[in-house]
Amino acid sequence: MTPSPDASPAGSPGASPVGGGHGYSGVPRWLYLPAAAGALFVMLPLVAMLVKVNWGQFIPLVTSAASLDALGLSLRTSAASTVVCLVFGVPLAMVLARRPFRGQRLLRAFVLLPLVLPPVVGGIALLYTFGRQGLLGKSLELAGVQIAFSTTAVVLAQAFVALPFLVVSLEGSLRTAGKRYEAVAATLGAGPTTVLRRVTLPLVMPGLVSGAVLSFARSLGEFGATLTFAGSLQGVTRTLPLEIYLEREADADAAVALSLLLVAVAVAVVGLSYRKPGRQVAA
Amino acid sequence: MTFRMTARVHGRLEAEFTVAAGETVAVLGPNGAGKSTLLAVAAGLLRPDAGSVRLGDKVLFERDGSRHGWVPPHLRGVALLAQEALLFPHLSVLDNVAFAPRSAGQSRATSRETARRWLAEVDALDLTARRPGQLSGGQAQRVAVARALAAEPELLLLDEPMAALDIHAAPHLRRLLKRVLAGRSAVIVTHDVLDALMLADRVVVLDGGRIVEEGPVRGVLGRPRSAFAAGLAGLNLLAGTVTAEGLLVSGSGAAGGQAVSGTSLSGTSLSGTSLSGTSLSGTSDGEAAAGEPGVAAFPPSAVSVFLEVPHGSPRNCLPVVITELEPHAGGIRVRAGELAADITPAASAELGLEPGMPVFFVVKSAEVQVYGA
Repeated sequence: MTPSPDASPAGSPGASPVGGGHGYSGVPRWLYLPAAAGALFVMLPLVAMLVKVNWGQFIPLVTSAASLDALGLSLRTSAASTVVCLVFGVPLAMVLARRPFRGQRLLRAFVLLPLVLPPVVGGIALLYTFGRQGLLGKSLELAGVQIAFSTTAVVLAQAFVALPFLVVSLEGSLRTAGKRYEAVAATLGAGPTTVLRRVTLPLVMPGLVSGAVLSFARSLGEFGATLTFAGSLQGVTRTLPLEIYLEREADADAAVALSLLLVAVAVAVVGLSYRKPGRQVAA
Repeated sequence: MTFRMTARVHGRLEAEFTVAAGETVAVLGPNGAGKSTLLAVAAGLLRPDAGSVRLGDKVLFERDGSRHGWVPPHLRGVALLAQEALLFPHLSVLDNVAFAPRSAGQSRATSRETARRWLAEVDALDLTARRPGQLSGGQAQRVAVARALAAEPELLLLDEPMAALDIHAAPHLRRLLKRVLAGRSAVIVTHDVLDALMLADRVVVLDGGRIVEEGPVRGVLGRPRSAFAAGLAGLNLLAGTVTAEGLLVSGSGAAGGQAVSGTSLSGTSLSGTSLSGTSLSGTSDGEAAAGEPGVAAFPPSAVSVFLEVPHGSPRNCLPVVITELEPHAGGIRVRAGELAADITPAASAELGLEPGMPVFFVVKSAEVQVYGA
């Protein structure tokens, strides 16, 4: 290696964005080309959309009644579905990460299935479960509860596709954290529930937060399962992605403006989650 | 409160173990001997295949025919201090120490008061407001001691508490432990003979999951009967049968050999097999009668090295093959399997010693202690 004249001896390896003189990186030069292409592939469509935005009409377009209804519904249902994911996902991740049992691999496979399943298939499955003629729907119907084509259905559809994100993220954190702190806590006289509340959950909080944020983001973008299982009723089940799809036919400018809004919300959410999580304050 | 356990964990542990009220027992043994398994069983982190564990008149575990019993770790009154401090990273030092009293139902204020008292006990009151990440290894381990004591355990388990500390922090913690362990029922797993000497009333040597030796610290180190204890005490040890003059050496290097599954005695074949059948003369305590199993112990410093059999004197002459040469306390330690001789660098150079060389280890009868195994 040739010594570079401008190498600063005091700089830490992370302080040099250009690379150059600071230690071995292990990245072959040619790798930068496909990496740049990949980055472009992700960013270029967003730029293309920005170019198409009708800035003059932007504010009226995104503040129309239909748009605001859709945005409000999207935020509310996504928040609710994140709560549902937390309520079921935390116990699922604990069970998968902490106690080996028969059929664990099978259970994990099923929990992760919605990750690879086309959402429209998920929607059909939900319809045959909670729909009027569905497995549970019939009994629910008798009890006077109707789920399909309601806001509840939107939340269920979103939770169905978003749950794996929380479970995967949290299970990974739980495995990384290990059981040693929990064992120590137990020998200090803390029962299993106390250990969960005061040791396990605070230890995996970063994973839990990023899992919840990913679930929220996935819920926000959910389209196929929602349309199939909940339909598209303004103010009731027509979330932002559905509104965008609908407007695409009628008013392309509105679709683009709303898309930009969704991108902004998604960027804000993901940006927040990948900030270093603050220290947990002791309960 | 007396702690008694008889436990069998398949392939890892088969031992009967007791700790008297107020007694500190050191558990020694090579890696993989079952020391940590023993602690895990006592703490309730591992369920044995069979046996029983009692603390006072409380049955912590029982599986014996039709009788079954199990007390989970948090209800046992048994606290564990591990090699690493494992302070909860999300809690302050104070709240770490207050964790046990809080779990026992004290209010936040009272539990913090209790925590302060225990932090004072380990001279760590100045660390109260810090986060575990801001502590040195020695400080963290002191806080961990306070945290374990704050649980007011009836039995305290320490799993190599000094092992992860640097050489300056270890003596400090050892002094602290000596103070807080006085009058407490405790088990300390250690690799360090100094821990046993300073902290323990009694020593248990585990090997291959079984107890191969136990007794008062001075007895075990002064008259080791297992290869591991002899190594700790810095003595050469040969096992065999007691004779009128001394000892008739049998196959393996140490009395502990019978219980060991072969792994920890690698290297004995070089000296051990060739010494089998050798007669050693030594001084006997007269307690062990001829024909009984016994061991002969002698310090490496009493061994001289010769290239040929020396003539004349009433000395023991052991044909061995050198396996290693290493610096030792200003001299050279000549290793031949399990046996060692300490000689001066000059002597080593003069003899031209090197690994693989056949030599004779010569030791005076007066230096060889023979006693029953």
